[in-house]
Amino acid sequence: MDKTVASLAEAVAGIGDGASVMIGGFGGAGAPIELIHALIDRFLATGSPKKLTVINNNAGNGHVGLAALIEQGMAHKLTCSFPRSADPRVFTEKYLAGDIELDLVPQGTLAERIRAGGAGIPAFYTPTAYGTQLADGKPVEEFDGRPYVRERWLKADFALVKAECADPFGNLTYRMAARNFNPLMCMAAAVAIAQARRIVPAGGIDPEHVATPGIFVQRVVEVPDPRQEEALNRAGAHHP
Amino acid sequence: MTERLSNAQIAWRAAQDIADGAYVNLGIGFPEMVAQFQPAGRQAIFHTENGILGFGEAPAPGEEDWDLINAGKKAVTLKAGAAFFHHADSFAMVRGGHLDVAILGAYEVAETGDLANWSTGPKGVPAVGGAMDLVHGAKRVAVLTDHVTKDGRPKLVKRCSLPLTGVGCVTRVYTSLAVIDIVCRRFVLREKLPALPVDRLQAMTGAELALDGPVGDLTAPDL
Repeated sequence: MDKTVASLAEAVAGIGDGASVMIGGFGGAGAPIELIHALIDRFLATGSPKKLTVINNNAGNGHVGLAALIEQGMAHKLTCSFPRSADPRVFTEKYLAGDIELDLVPQGTLAERIRAGGAGIPAFYTPTAYGTQLADGKPVEEFDGRPYVRERWLKADFALVKAECADPFGNLTYRMAARNFNPLMCMAAAVAIAQARRIVPAGGIDPEHVATPGIFVQRVVEVPDPRQEEALNRAGAHHP
Repeated sequence: MTERLSNAQIAWRAAQDIADGAYVNLGIGFPEMVAQFQPAGRQAIFHTENGILGFGEAPAPGEEDWDLINAGKKAVTLKAGAAFFHHADSFAMVRGGHLDVAILGAYEVAETGDLANWSTGPKGVPAVGGAMDLVHGAKRVAVLTDHVTKDGRPKLVKRCSLPLTGVGCVTRVYTSLAVIDIVCRRFVLREKLPALPVDRLQAMTGAELALDGPVGDLTAPDL
């Protein structure tokens, strides 16, 4: 078995118009900048993919990564918890102009919906958002005298994630707080695509240290020196 | 004489109630100051919902590692015994009753324990983050706030007028003038600034302040 692909372009192949795409990361930590840029490069060359539904905790920062994807008009809907950042202008302008739909989800509910999607649990009850406008229209049930809101699973056609180390079986490790949504999104996507700083031979990751077992991952591509959103923004970078 | 506590002093007062070994989540912004004022001999373990237990202060400028950030996306450092985890585990810690205390900011707190701290209304881009999760599950949910708004209106009210973050979730409020518990849908005054008469405090509070037992002096060092 070898899930390794040779190039970023090959890694993001098959992501077509209208696809739903989970993108890992919390702010810049764990954001797969190179995979996102590969998708943007294909769009600029071919006009596809467009009309994407993107699921991420945030809405991009500056003019790189997710912000650059939104800036190109590739996404028609964003599911996220916190569409603000140091420089949120790209999303803010599209949103206020009505060019992108926002589905706002509390952060822990977003994480659990994704986990549930990957775990085959179609719905669950949570105390989060009970009695608030983000629970409007959702079923409520009492358990042991307390009210809970029913939330549905969240799945996607693809996930783009950033790992520290991968092996040909798709086993992944992460670096520090760059883990965040990445393991959950690998579980919840039909095709999970990981960029990793290093790809090691099978056996090169101690099984005790595997954070995402390879069964949840379909493609891995090596990006030896990944860029970090904060560093790019401090340098005033744009993509393209 | 102090007319009101500064934000640092409010944070200091809240820090006095955090036990040694407590697991604590501090909301973004003002509540983050609580970490600076842990009493000597006590060590709390700080949780940040993006996936770290046991983080420490900010690194020196130039020493940032942008994979090591807090929920406010600021660079942090690690203390010995820290742990990383993914978001579903992180919010299991929150909702699952594992945190001892969550300390949050507020636009309004109602006598019912309702909290409004995420939205000032329909204008602009709505953003909630982890606010609605953090108010559920911690054994204590405390709020730090000025007692009144900048233009003098009460922030402690009968019913919140702004969009709610959570219903019946707040257990204690540390303000610039007083420490107030929420018990059985009422504000119960526990401490106030020594020179401030109860009737003046009541006039700056948008719901009845119940007296139930002694009212202590709210004091804090100059910070």
